[in-house]
Amino acid sequence: MTELTSLGVKAIRDGVRAGEFTAREVAESFNDAVAAAAELNAFIVTTPDHALAAADATDKARAEGKELGAMAGVPIGMKDLFATYGVQTTAASHILEGFEPRYESTVSQNLWNAGAGMLGKLNLDQFAMGSSNETSYFGNVASPWRKKGSNQPMSPGGSSGGSSSAVAARIAPAATGTDTGGSIRQPAAFTGICGIKPTYGRCSRWGVVAFASSLDQAGPMARSVEDCAIMLGAMAGFDPKDATSLQMDVPDWEGALNADLKGKRVGIPREYRMEGTSQAILDSWEQGKAWLKDAGAQIVDISLPHTKYALPAYYIIAPAEASSNLARYDGVRYGLRELPEEAGLQEMYAATRAAGFGDEVKRRILIGTYVLSAGFYDAYYNQAQKVRALVARDFEQAWADCDLILAPTTPTASFPLGSLNDDPLTMYLNDVFAVPASLAGLPAMSVPATLNEDGLPLGLQLVGKPFDEQTVLDAGLAIQQRAGFDRAPEKWW
Amino acid sequence: MSVDKQTVAKIASLARINMGDEELERMVPELNNILQWVEQLGEVNVEGIEPMSAVIPNTLRLRDDVVDADPHTAGGRREDILANAPVAEHGFFGVPKVIE
Repeated sequence: MTELTSLGVKAIRDGVRAGEFTAREVAESFNDAVAAAAELNAFIVTTPDHALAAADATDKARAEGKELGAMAGVPIGMKDLFATYGVQTTAASHILEGFEPRYESTVSQNLWNAGAGMLGKLNLDQFAMGSSNETSYFGNVASPWRKKGSNQPMSPGGSSGGSSSAVAARIAPAATGTDTGGSIRQPAAFTGICGIKPTYGRCSRWGVVAFASSLDQAGPMARSVEDCAIMLGAMAGFDPKDATSLQMDVPDWEGALNADLKGKRVGIPREYRMEGTSQAILDSWEQGKAWLKDAGAQIVDISLPHTKYALPAYYIIAPAEASSNLARYDGVRYGLRELPEEAGLQEMYAATRAAGFGDEVKRRILIGTYVLSAGFYDAYYNQAQKVRALVARDFEQAWADCDLILAPTTPTASFPLGSLNDDPLTMYLNDVFAVPASLAGLPAMSVPATLNEDGLPLGLQLVGKPFDEQTVLDAGLAIQQRAGFDRAPEKWW
Repeated sequence: MSVDKQTVAKIASLARINMGDEELERMVPELNNILQWVEQLGEVNVEGIEPMSAVIPNTLRLRDDVVDADPHTAGGRREDILANAPVAEHGFFGVPKVIE
């Protein structure tokens, strides 16, 4: 029999439906794989019982002849940014250590309703702030990939680095991620897997630990485009509990998948040719154009003139929203409380937040507090919101000439853990290609394309019109079929 | 614009984060690097551009004026709300004394 842990979402679901194996067998295989992969540090807590209970429910429903959900029998990893009932939810921070929500996030509930089970809560950058998975209170996550001939630990990307590491290492068939400025796409690219951020508002943010509310959006991470389409369908949907949730039906993305791109125009943004982009990335971009052309698409040059300003605008807007969102961590209602001797309420707040937040989180809260403060609100925050409007307008204008945009996901392949620690700015530059689509709220996906000279994966990014996840997924499938990317990292853990 | 140690101390106190001297000194160049880099936004001509606060055109929904319409977001869940409190007494959150 094929090793069950080599299977993805679709293969597991279809295999369980057809009775080729039981959901319990699948859950047990993945539980064992998770337990054997502690070296990756991908999980903060594991929940084998949750996975088994969901599997047993699926097997029972099948035995009774009931209809099975879209994710039935599939055990997944849940990014520890989603509130899960009775299971510790920390956002990888010390300030939330021990927090056990008495409610379930809408996205995770949707997945359980579709028959999925949970292998555990996945590690991430603290409060989703980081591009390398080095800001977690619970330690760095290692990528399962290594450079050829080296055993140096590499970054799985961030913030959904536990998710990308687990899926790439085949200890989870799929995982949830969240993307604020690239946090699904960049880690997917670094680890040779797929990940899609849908249109802002497709997935409910209710019960997702907030970082920057106007940007945060959940999405699936898996090894194939089909698996992403299935899982996104299960995650998405209108939620009256989230005021920003889109009141729209969820299309049948899986059913409509079609890699024939005849009649589609693919835009190549000239401003994405940036200094510092590695030659291997530029080559893979050329390769991507050829693949899409082969699928029937027409390639057109487009201009997104404000691209250069997207990243600095993001690093004002996201910290501003974060400083406001993270004001709730004060030691009163949940999480850590530090109460120095003789301290009053204000001292308790300040001591709790000093002890509970990591350096990167503090840095961003300070930036956010500064740019929102009375003297600087207009010069920084308002200016950034106006630039954001221009970035979004660039895309709107581009849709006159194309239906879809193809770009690299990241300017470089993964880097060794620790190599960029002293340089927050260079770290931020990792998201230079991912952030514009986030600012504009557009659906965007990363699919694995090639390996570079070090044997590390590179991803290609597809950006679509609002609500047009289908074209993004279709083009992703066209690339997947032509790239034939089936490389798995060599097991060392 | 650039920040000095005193300014960072002021921001830290506004953000309610205790910071010692050493941490403040470390933050000053880090924040200045980032602030200098975002200064480039000043080059962009934004005349007549409305600041963007919502990315997808979406109308604000109002909830029906019904008590406890959604059990998840309505009242009557005191136990759940206090379950994770560091200190809860008599059905309330406990905090240090604020009145002398």
